[in-house]
Amino acid sequence: MSSIGTIIDERRPRAASLLRYASPQTALPLVERAIPWLHGAAALLALAGLYIGVLLAPTDFQQGDAYRIIFVHVPAAWLSMLIYVAMAFWAGVGLVLNTRLSAMMASALAPTGALFTFLALWTGALWGKPTWGAWWVWDARLTSELLLLFLYIGFMALQAAIPDPRRADRAGAVVALVGVVNVPVIYFSVQWWNTLHQGASVSLRSAPSMATPMLLGMLVMTLALWAYAIGAVLQRLRAIVLERERHAAWVPRHLGASA
Amino acid sequence: MLNALLHVIRRDLLLAFRRRTDVMGTLVFFCIVGALFPLGVGPEPELLRTLAPGALWVAALLASTLALQRLFGADHADGTLEQLLLSPEPLALIVAGKVVAHWLISGLPLVLLTPLLALQFGLDAGATIALALSLLIGTPALSLVGAIGAALTLDVRGGGVLVALLVLPLSAPVLIFGAGAAVAETGSTLADANLLLLCGLLAAAAALAPWATASALRISLE
Repeated sequence: MSSIGTIIDERRPRAASLLRYASPQTALPLVERAIPWLHGAAALLALAGLYIGVLLAPTDFQQGDAYRIIFVHVPAAWLSMLIYVAMAFWAGVGLVLNTRLSAMMASALAPTGALFTFLALWTGALWGKPTWGAWWVWDARLTSELLLLFLYIGFMALQAAIPDPRRADRAGAVVALVGVVNVPVIYFSVQWWNTLHQGASVSLRSAPSMATPMLLGMLVMTLALWAYAIGAVLQRLRAIVLERERHAAWVPRHLGASA
Repeated sequence: MLNALLHVIRRDLLLAFRRRTDVMGTLVFFCIVGALFPLGVGPEPELLRTLAPGALWVAALLASTLALQRLFGADHADGTLEQLLLSPEPLALIVAGKVVAHWLISGLPLVLLTPLLALQFGLDAGATIALALSLLIGTPALSLVGAIGAALTLDVRGGGVLVALLVLPLSAPVLIFGAGAAVAETGSTLADANLLLLCGLLAAAAALAPWATASALRISLE
């Protein structure tokens, strides 16, 4: 078996060898190898980011220490939108190319995305109370982020309600693709409407309007939450693959080999 | 092609006419929700006048969501839908016909009933016309977006709640601009801007929703 595998590998170009990982059977060992590294990276980066954010970064002259919530809030809000786009992308790939793993990836992304959306709303409320004087305002960005949470919940509820996994994948893909119109609305809401939520402080085109340790802390925390998100998603993906493919001959073999 | 579209509309209208209680249900629901708001917030005329456009818009949104089950439900139960899927005409066209018929049955009556409910809330003529106009443009968009949800939740357990969960977040922009057009002073720039955005949403929904609904129907019935 192994000799045949190497012969095929040598003949095929590099792109084809990457496409191999579209099969759950080949992707799973890779996923399992990556999970501990991602969790380790998430823990170390989070410790470093919190150290910079809580101890090194200076107190903001306007907002006091309340601003320190941004070290969680901003990365969580970025990820909540990014994960939705990734989910819609994989759902679309699954719908068009009929690849099983892409659809499983979309299902695996949804709970983590919903978690980060909730986290962004919750930390935003904790920040809003001391700064704006209100837990919640009906501001364009807050409202569209809340709608994003409802979209995630709708996606998960629809998939949970359909017993046939193939139909659930495809129906979820339509919802994810229709809902993706909301993401640019959230992202640009602070520019389109003159609302309470402040504009972006970090942009690729101009110098950031914040002190360097603050920016560094935020970037390190972003990397930490990225690593956590990818690790958690891959762990959920592994569970989904094993559950859906449990009747395939390779699953007991794989579980026996790794145990 | 136009012939097929007209046939679908005629057939659905005829079926609805034969089963009138279904249609009345949505209308009565709209009236009841409209009557519940004054009971809930108190009868002060000034407060009711402020609340009226938003409250009636929410009532219309809920009524149109409630009516979505009927869009494909009966056709799915008796097998007509599968026959329609086999038709050589484009499925998006058939879906568009069904949505138009559905709006004529459940959306247009809401618009026609609005002046009566506006009287209960003490709105003057200008505000009533603004509200009815915004509903006239907004309710077709609600039907179009709702059709996607109705097609996806076809024959799914707990479909009624699920369709609301899917459709209500997507309908939020229609509600925001529709109620915005109704609240703003008639003829002001703000009202015009909201109304134009509402027209834009309707145009986008009309262009995209039938295709999304058609692919959702194929997924649900494969």
